Amino acid sequence: MAAYVARRLLGAIPLVLGIATIIFFVVNLAPGDPTALYFNQNVPPEVLEQIRRNFGLDQPLLVRYWKWLTSFFTGDFGYSFAHSRPVADIILETLGPTLILAGCTLVLIFAAGIATGVIQAVRQHRPADRILSITSLFFYSMPSFWLGLMLMLLLSLKAHEWGLPFALPPTGMTSVDYEFLSFGGKLADRATHLVLPVLTLSLVMAAGIARYTRGQMLEVIHQDYIRTARAKGLPGRTVVLKHALRNSLLPVITLLGLYMPLLFSGSVFVEVIFSWPGMGRVIVDAIFQRDYPLVMATSFIFALVVVLGSLVADILYAVADPRIRYD
Amino acid sequence: MALLEVRDLRTYFHTEGGVAKAVDGVSFHVERGEVLGIVGESGCGKSVTSLSVMGLVSEPGRIEEGSSITYDGRELTTLSEKEMRGIRGNDIAMIFQEPMTSLNPVFPVGDQISEALRLHRGLKKKEARGRAIELLQLVGIPVPERRVDEYPHQLSGGMRQRVMIAMALANEPDVLIADEPTTALDVTIQAQILELLDELRERLGMAIVLITHDLGVVAEVCDRVVVMYAGQVVEEGPVGDIFGRPSHPYTQGLLAAVPRPDRREGTLAVIPGTVPPPTNWPTGCRFHDRCPYAWDLTREKMPPLFDLGGDHRSRCWLVEHPERREEVERTRPVFTGGAAQ
Amino acid sequence: MTDREREDHGMGRGPERPADPESGVHEPVEKLAPDAAARERAAHTPRPGVPEPERTGADRGEPTRADERAATALEPPHGGASGLATALTAILPGSGHLLLGSPARGAAFLFAWGALLAAIWLGWEAISGVTEAGSLDDWVAIITLGLGLLAVWLGAMRDLRGAAAEDARRTAARHAGDDPGIQDRSGDSQWSIAARHFRQNVPALVGLVLVVVLYLIAFMAPLLAPYDPIAQGDLTTTGYLPPSGDYWLGTDQFGRDIMSRIIYGARISLAIGFIAVAIAIILGSLLGAIAGYIGGKVDAAIMRFTDMVMAFPRLILLIMIIALFEPSLTLIILVLGLTQWPGTARLVRGEVLSLREQEYIQAARALGFGRWRIILRHLIPNVLAPVIVAATLGIGNTIVLEAGLSFLGMGIQPPTPSWGTLVADGRQNLIGAWWVATFPGLAIVVTVLAFNLVGDGLRDALDPRMRS
Repeated sequence: MAAYVARRLLGAIPLVLGIATIIFFVVNLAPGDPTALYFNQNVPPEVLEQIRRNFGLDQPLLVRYWKWLTSFFTGDFGYSFAHSRPVADIILETLGPTLILAGCTLVLIFAAGIATGVIQAVRQHRPADRILSITSLFFYSMPSFWLGLMLMLLLSLKAHEWGLPFALPPTGMTSVDYEFLSFGGKLADRATHLVLPVLTLSLVMAAGIARYTRGQMLEVIHQDYIRTARAKGLPGRTVVLKHALRNSLLPVITLLGLYMPLLFSGSVFVEVIFSWPGMGRVIVDAIFQRDYPLVMATSFIFALVVVLGSLVADILYAVADPRIRYD
Repeated sequence: MALLEVRDLRTYFHTEGGVAKAVDGVSFHVERGEVLGIVGESGCGKSVTSLSVMGLVSEPGRIEEGSSITYDGRELTTLSEKEMRGIRGNDIAMIFQEPMTSLNPVFPVGDQISEALRLHRGLKKKEARGRAIELLQLVGIPVPERRVDEYPHQLSGGMRQRVMIAMALANEPDVLIADEPTTALDVTIQAQILELLDELRERLGMAIVLITHDLGVVAEVCDRVVVMYAGQVVEEGPVGDIFGRPSHPYTQGLLAAVPRPDRREGTLAVIPGTVPPPTNWPTGCRFHDRCPYAWDLTREKMPPLFDLGGDHRSRCWLVEHPERREEVERTRPVFTGGAAQ
Repeated sequence: MTDREREDHGMGRGPERPADPESGVHEPVEKLAPDAAARERAAHTPRPGVPEPERTGADRGEPTRADERAATALEPPHGGASGLATALTAILPGSGHLLLGSPARGAAFLFAWGALLAAIWLGWEAISGVTEAGSLDDWVAIITLGLGLLAVWLGAMRDLRGAAAEDARRTAARHAGDDPGIQDRSGDSQWSIAARHFRQNVPALVGLVLVVVLYLIAFMAPLLAPYDPIAQGDLTTTGYLPPSGDYWLGTDQFGRDIMSRIIYGARISLAIGFIAVAIAIILGSLLGAIAGYIGGKVDAAIMRFTDMVMAFPRLILLIMIIALFEPSLTLIILVLGLTQWPGTARLVRGEVLSLREQEYIQAARALGFGRWRIILRHLIPNVLAPVIVAATLGIGNTIVLEAGLSFLGMGIQPPTPSWGTLVADGRQNLIGAWWVATFPGLAIVVTVLAFNLVGDGLRDALDPRMRS
């Protein structure tokens, strides 16, 4: 098992290197110079030149690439132009909120998606299946940024006007008076702030998992071993929840890896809309400000988490499926 | 009273393309401790018959009103799903054609055997495991205490079929339905499995319904035979009668199509054509469009099962009109090597 | 005899049947089958898991249902009722169907005809002035309108003949005592089976109609939009007006009509969705097919690269590229297309790999057929089905993504109306003017839903395992 994990980790190294390379060249081969766009026109050219030298921008591309790569993998992500702070600090600060958002969403979409898919498969072609199918396709077709705005409008901004008994906080991760709350109050405050962003992402993303689970279940239900299980006299519930579900969930595990990029793409919108202090919002701002070190570092971290996610998915799959041997 | 009695079983599939009458008025019975063979080509309804007995026919299939399946005097067709579950795997068990796909790939084989024991016998986990090992031993699996924890993919096809048998035998059923149990296996393994089934029957005293298209298998292990064609029983009787003096042209055709070492010259006979689609059975005798003896009567009127005496019955007008048989055979050979190209 | 011909005979295929003359306006889904030859091929080269269709009437040279239908459709409809119906239909498409007792189809044709007439009424100003002051936009809109009218008229006439023939056959069947419910289901290839399944799938049909309507709206925007989508009104009197009789969906902060902007925005979304997916599909299929077919190091290299692109959150890659260059329509289409191929490449590679091992491909190889011939005749037709499904679903995704980029300000630049930009505009005053963000978003949902419904329907129809 340990050997298998080690081998997979080693296998991921070229992938990570490749991604870092793509990021570097996309950013550095783009037309225009970061300093020219970022700094004031009135700055004298000598000063600009000095700044360029300070950032190492006067050296040949390949030299810069090598320097960047070596410092990058030693944890030195450089210095942010826009924030005037080390990039590593910014990342440390924003990675947490993003992972909280992504983690909660991940748990919710798999729980809700699998449950929906199983219900649909068991009730195939009956009204429940049809209604759930159309509903999930409906949410699946929604842009998350729009759904987020609508939920904010409905459950927060206009909640009292429309007679809802509660109104969720529209933006941010904590309330203004957060510092003065008790521990329980702090927890509740954070939780209520999580509701809208997580709900937005989950509604859009759970649909895909539900559809996939339904398809897998339907495929498995027609397998011979399901007939065998029924021939033993097992009740329908056991047949579905033990024999069919276990087999259907195996391929669903692989979705974990596939959903990581989608999750982070989605969280960019959600963070922007709900002013969530995460990496998604930082990267959008950084791109607008042409803050290249920050852009490169954040997109690399995103990609790294994605690679790790699919690695975890692969390992989980190997553990769960007895047919895969990892020795 | 027979242990298992099927009377006028009709299982129809209501599809958008019409009603497929997969099983259309089948009757047979099985006595305690005997081996009944059900023979026929693919599509004749033999598998659906066995699934009907198990109550495992799935949508859009339905056992029609008026069908009756009794086990030990109990009517099964009117039982609730819950009551039927108590019978399935307990009193009547079944093994399937494909040992490769009939075992759940994600559970150890021992667990899959134990499951049946814990369900019907209420055994504890440990007891069930012990019994599972005994059962694996019974079906001739070497080193059962190790095999019990292995997954299906670690076993060969023959081993898996043995596991299937062990699973079916777990609760010592009175009736074991074996649907083509050897078709997917190598010839040498086939013989071993058949031998095992026969031996287990003797030891445990259960009845076996053996569903197969292989007449060689039937001759080897069966006491009585039911020949099915197009959703009906066309001939039934003791194995000696069926092989010794078959009455129905279809049975004769099947027998003539079996390679026999004692008949070396000539080619094998072939029954022309294929089984018609179950949505559209022919009128009259369902075999008439493939039958060398067919005449007006056979095309118009369905023959009843004529009693030939000695528990031997045949659904063929030739029983009433033997002159027709001579007439045809005078002009050309029927079901011999030369009849078919 | 050339080598090619000899090969054809070697394959043992009979003379090819002529293309089904009915695969026209009447049954648009029939177009799925590129030609009769492809269908024939598809029938003889089943995909894994596709049950080989039973030997059919067509194989035995007996007339099939389709042939019969084609034959009757070519004859002029006879009998008093159908004559009258034809005359009625010629004047008012759909009315004849009502007479012949197929109200649903009749209503559909009547509705389509009515909607197009309404478009003429709405855009009369533009139509009447087109000869003097018509822009290219106006001309395109008017031509689309004309073609739409023609299509509905022809479709109604043609369908009427089919309906009349159907009617006659039903009557005949009733007289003969046959059960008209059970029809001969044989003689069908994979594609026509799929077409039949698709036609029975109501949500998918709704999606298809929506897609057609959306494209019509996009093309006829100058006729349909009540106001100029870009010109700003008087900010104090027309800014942020709620939905009303004058402005059905309200106005934005500059007093521009939201509905007109949504109608024009449809062009951007639909154009980008279609072109970007076309690029992605072509590129992905090529790379996937090469990787799967050649295998070895080429395969490894291509798939590594694919993994890399897939590991990247696509949105971030997109905004990186777009922010580094100047956003423009061409750039957006290009980057959307060039970042979407990995999914298709994987899909096609997987299909090709599994097909390579199929017996008939092995047989074709063993018979010494050339590589390109195998790719063209065997691989492409079989890979086509999943690719079509992926493409349809991909259009929906691409539209959402483009809207997202525009929402972030990295897509289509103002003042050009794009749905994403419209939602972003609305975000600035969500409480005061909810309509500005809501309606453009709804337009996105409807459009994407339409494509997803069609895609789902195609998948259900083309994947035999999904059929009930």
